[in-house]
Amino acid sequence: MRHDLVTLFAGVFALLLAASLAGSVLSRRRASGEPSELVDTLNARIKAWWWMTLALAIASALGTGGVIVLFAFISFLCLREYVSIAYTRRTDHWALALAFFFFLPLQYVLVGWRWFEVYVVLIPVYGFLTLPAFAALSSDTTRYFERAAKVLAALVTCVYCVSYVPALMTLRIAGFEDGGLLLIAWLVLVVQVSDLLQHVWGRLFGRHPVAPALSPTRTLEGVTGGVMSAGVLGAVLSWLTPFSVAQAAGVAVVCAIMGSFGSVAWLAVKRDRGIRDWGTILERHGGMLDRLDSVIFAAPVYFHVLYLGWHK
Amino acid sequence: MDSVRLSKETLVADAICGLARLLTGARALWRGTAPSAVPRIYYANHTSHFDFVLIWAALPEELRVRTRPVAGADYWNATPLRRWLVHEVLRGVVIERVKSEGSGSPVEQMVAALDHGDSLILFPEGTRNMTDDLLLPFRSGIYNVVAARPDVECVPVWSENLNRVMPKGEVVPIPLLCALSFGEPVRMTPGEDKDVFLARLRDALLALAPPRN
Repeated sequence: MRHDLVTLFAGVFALLLAASLAGSVLSRRRASGEPSELVDTLNARIKAWWWMTLALAIASALGTGGVIVLFAFISFLCLREYVSIAYTRRTDHWALALAFFFFLPLQYVLVGWRWFEVYVVLIPVYGFLTLPAFAALSSDTTRYFERAAKVLAALVTCVYCVSYVPALMTLRIAGFEDGGLLLIAWLVLVVQVSDLLQHVWGRLFGRHPVAPALSPTRTLEGVTGGVMSAGVLGAVLSWLTPFSVAQAAGVAVVCAIMGSFGSVAWLAVKRDRGIRDWGTILERHGGMLDRLDSVIFAAPVYFHVLYLGWHK
Repeated sequence: MDSVRLSKETLVADAICGLARLLTGARALWRGTAPSAVPRIYYANHTSHFDFVLIWAALPEELRVRTRPVAGADYWNATPLRRWLVHEVLRGVVIERVKSEGSGSPVEQMVAALDHGDSLILFPEGTRNMTDDLLLPFRSGIYNVVAARPDVECVPVWSENLNRVMPKGEVVPIPLLCALSFGEPVRMTPGEDKDVFLARLRDALLALAPPRN
């Protein structure tokens, strides 16, 4: 493992330890006072970050293959969650089976082979053009348009977009060889911190909800504060990336904005299906998509920026 | 010899439980009761061949080894592999759904298992439900078993989403989150009428089904 990567993981673990301590102090103090949704949110996130960091650390110790397998498994869990709440019919069985057992593994095998020309089009071209036909062959046209669209949306978000995270390791950047894991770490840190700080800024200064019907706590002030803070963090961590300090700030802002698009779009999906969190679909189940919605939306754009500007 | 055989079956059983968890999460929600080692009848809605494995996998291990699914002989005795799975791995109580010469009475087989200290997993609908109705009418087998052993508690178990994992006739399962809700146990009152008892069982099970949208 690279030296700077070890430093990074050590730093993140120290931060998590501090956060866990702070979290437990907060919830103990709260036990005597009034309940606080903010403290609960914070503690849930800290717990998720421990798992995320641990999984990433173990996978990176195993090298590129480990990271690819880890994200393939994450895709599997996301897709399982997504399909669980989508309306499908028995006649969608084969389209779904292909999504899980053909397109998902093949996408990650292609990423592992670094076959860029194929993995960027596998799902948007070949998946898009074949899966609706499988659903149509069943001759069941009840809500057909909607069902076909949902299977594709699930595949694009949970498999295609997630696979861009390990695909970062396949980029070739001058003077930045074997730095793929650092690119991943930077993205995850920037987007996760932006997520959390949007919440915190919103609590402190929030006045104007961006979409009152979706969430009264998601405010313009919160989103702006979170995105700007992410820009600052990105710049501070620019040593993890091939970017200059100014470039890092700019790319971090773009990633944070994409991340909040992800959160708000999936919030709408959850409201549409009448659930509060993916994690509450079936009490204590899942919750993978709650934590990863912003990373899923930011990763492809981040990859694209790097590919256009730095890949050789 | 015996211990070698035992470990192979345990291994397969663990693999089946692991697979069930990977595919469905196999989450047990103990809503109306807590896990208990007392012999009980877990009765559930029946939507796929897989749901009996799922209920079995969702039970805590110390209960699982003492819980026997009640399975139809026509399906489970049809091939050597299924026969081995149901008898040796799942330790099922295999009953003839159609009356035939020479086979023991299903009720006697189930009562014998309860007397031996084992719990049962039972699907009172008798066959997999392919309709849009939540439940098919209950058969009388469960009444006859409880009439013979009136102390036994019947625990309703609602399995949600499982009909989508493996619809009838499909061989490839789709991974989806499933939840199993264990409800409040139902006991037979002395001299209770068959139809009244079956209706109470049915209501207790339906009460666990989440609202439809």
